[in-house]
Amino acid sequence: MKTTSQPAPPAVTRPAGATPPPRDARPAGRGPHRPWRRRIADQATAYAFLAGGLLCFILFSWYPAVRSVIIAFQKYTPGSDPQWVGTANFTRVFQDPEFAAAWRNTLTFTVLALVIGFAIPFVMALVLNELRHAKAFFRVVVYLPVMIPPVVSALLWKWFYDPGAGLANEVLRFLHLPTSNWTNGADTALLSLVIVATWANMGGTVLIYLAALQGIPGELYEAAELDGASLWQRVRHVTVPQTRFIILMLMLLQIIATMQVFTEPFVITGGGPENSTVTVLYLIYKYAFLYNDFGGASALSVLLLLVLSAFSALYLRLTRTD
Amino acid sequence: MTQTAPPPVQRPPAALVQRPVDAPAERSVRTLVSPLALARWRGKATYWAVFTLVTVLFAFAFLFPVYWMVTGAMKPPEEAVRTPPTLVPEQWRVTGYTEAWDLMRLPTHLWNTVVQATGAWVLQIVFCTAAAYALSKLKPAFGTVILGGILATLMVPVQALVVPKYLTIADLPLIHVNLLNDPLAIWLPAVANAFNLYLLKRFFDQIPRDVLEAAEIDGAGRLRTLWSIVLPLSRPVLGVVSIFALVAVWQDFLWPLMVFSDTDKQPISVALVQLSQNVPLTVLIGAMVIASIPMVLMFLAFQRHIIAGISAGSTKG
Repeated sequence: MKTTSQPAPPAVTRPAGATPPPRDARPAGRGPHRPWRRRIADQATAYAFLAGGLLCFILFSWYPAVRSVIIAFQKYTPGSDPQWVGTANFTRVFQDPEFAAAWRNTLTFTVLALVIGFAIPFVMALVLNELRHAKAFFRVVVYLPVMIPPVVSALLWKWFYDPGAGLANEVLRFLHLPTSNWTNGADTALLSLVIVATWANMGGTVLIYLAALQGIPGELYEAAELDGASLWQRVRHVTVPQTRFIILMLMLLQIIATMQVFTEPFVITGGGPENSTVTVLYLIYKYAFLYNDFGGASALSVLLLLVLSAFSALYLRLTRTD
Repeated sequence: MTQTAPPPVQRPPAALVQRPVDAPAERSVRTLVSPLALARWRGKATYWAVFTLVTVLFAFAFLFPVYWMVTGAMKPPEEAVRTPPTLVPEQWRVTGYTEAWDLMRLPTHLWNTVVQATGAWVLQIVFCTAAAYALSKLKPAFGTVILGGILATLMVPVQALVVPKYLTIADLPLIHVNLLNDPLAIWLPAVANAFNLYLLKRFFDQIPRDVLEAAEIDGAGRLRTLWSIVLPLSRPVLGVVSIFALVAVWQDFLWPLMVFSDTDKQPISVALVQLSQNVPLTVLIGAMVIASIPMVLMFLAFQRHIIAGISAGSTKG
């Protein structure tokens, strides 16, 4: 591994027979032509261009990443000097009854969102891909909820779920189905939030699946049909294998995204009823801004970071070697 | 030894390289169902039945909630909470919107959001473009290491770092400045956007060196080359990055909730939630509709580009 700070001079390809450019054609700095001087000037220019972006990355990406690990082992409140407390933050967080609840809820949410958030968009994309009319209209409509601010989506569904004037139960009554407690029941609250998150975010997933489906060569379907494959068998043995990679990618991305869920529980349920919708990120928020316990919040962040980075690393590995 | 790290994405999405075009004209692409089956009378009937069903389903699932919001704000307060609800308002009023505008001080919060989003966008375009240009064309020492460090941040979930990021904003290291309740708290972290920076760098990598060499021989400095040659060639990618930057700030909630404790400084998303408890329902719905309008309008204006970008950016050939 060479880590030379001397970039090779750019190879300018010239057609044979062309006269090489005169030696002093390259704009040089003032003073004698000393290569090292030019190099320093070039480096100064390069870093001048890099400076702003680099500084923001140092301050708001790299430094916080290192610092979260440091503060996880400190007692820290803004304005006072931090004290080292070893693993006390972790033991305190582990003993919090909400800790287990938050992880359980987050994992349940992620799994539910994965099942619902995979099946519905995939079937939707399959059907849309067969339609020959109004394609652009369907694409715009399915992506519309994504462009509505997440806070608005959350408030909108909070109103739908309202036990009194809520539309959700109204629809159930209209269909003569039993009504539900939705976000007011400890056993249905989390599922209700998954429905909101799926509704708000599935537009992108549908569009990506659609693009993937359009890349499947038609000959494969023809061949399958000649072999007497039924519609279901064609889906099972042609469509799914052909889109397996993109399905896996989206699942990983969705796991990473849904494990960071915060807006829906914060806005709609406030973590309740009976802590059934407190998520890990919500708990981090509570530790920092309600308990003023930044050490505990950082300890939780580090745990979340470890879990999610494993998924991220897997995602980057897979997308790199396609 | 290669000079650059192996890129995670083999090539930039086609949508960034060429202007997005309309969805391909109805080529007779063979899909799941054979054209033959569709041509038969039964196939046709089934097709139109499915088409109708999908249209109704989509209208109910995605358009009806929007309709419900827009009309909900126009009902008188007592009609809005009536059961069973009225599908069409019996009395049309605009008070939901006008009261939201005044009661919830929407002009202030909308203006805050505009300031925060615009600043984040401008700074991202300026700093990310400059840094991407340097990494792509100027061969800075340790450029590979820096790029690796930037790409590594893609692996770190944004939300897991909000606490230390908040502490950094509350007390900037070395200079000890507090940026809480300041738009800079949104603007500066927005620049540290690895995804956008990488998108720009990949695009610049495709601009042939000869073009830049030629400009240099004509006596253009680095900045002039960037301004007169690289940027005009990069219009499509700048458009994509702009949309990403604006949408990200407008839709964000947790971060502005943390850094803006002062109500007068809060963007619309935070203000909506903070005020949702103590305003009448119709007023809240009115505010929700108003808060959604800018992004929805932008989406409808650029829908072709946005949808082409999503479709192309995610499939791998």
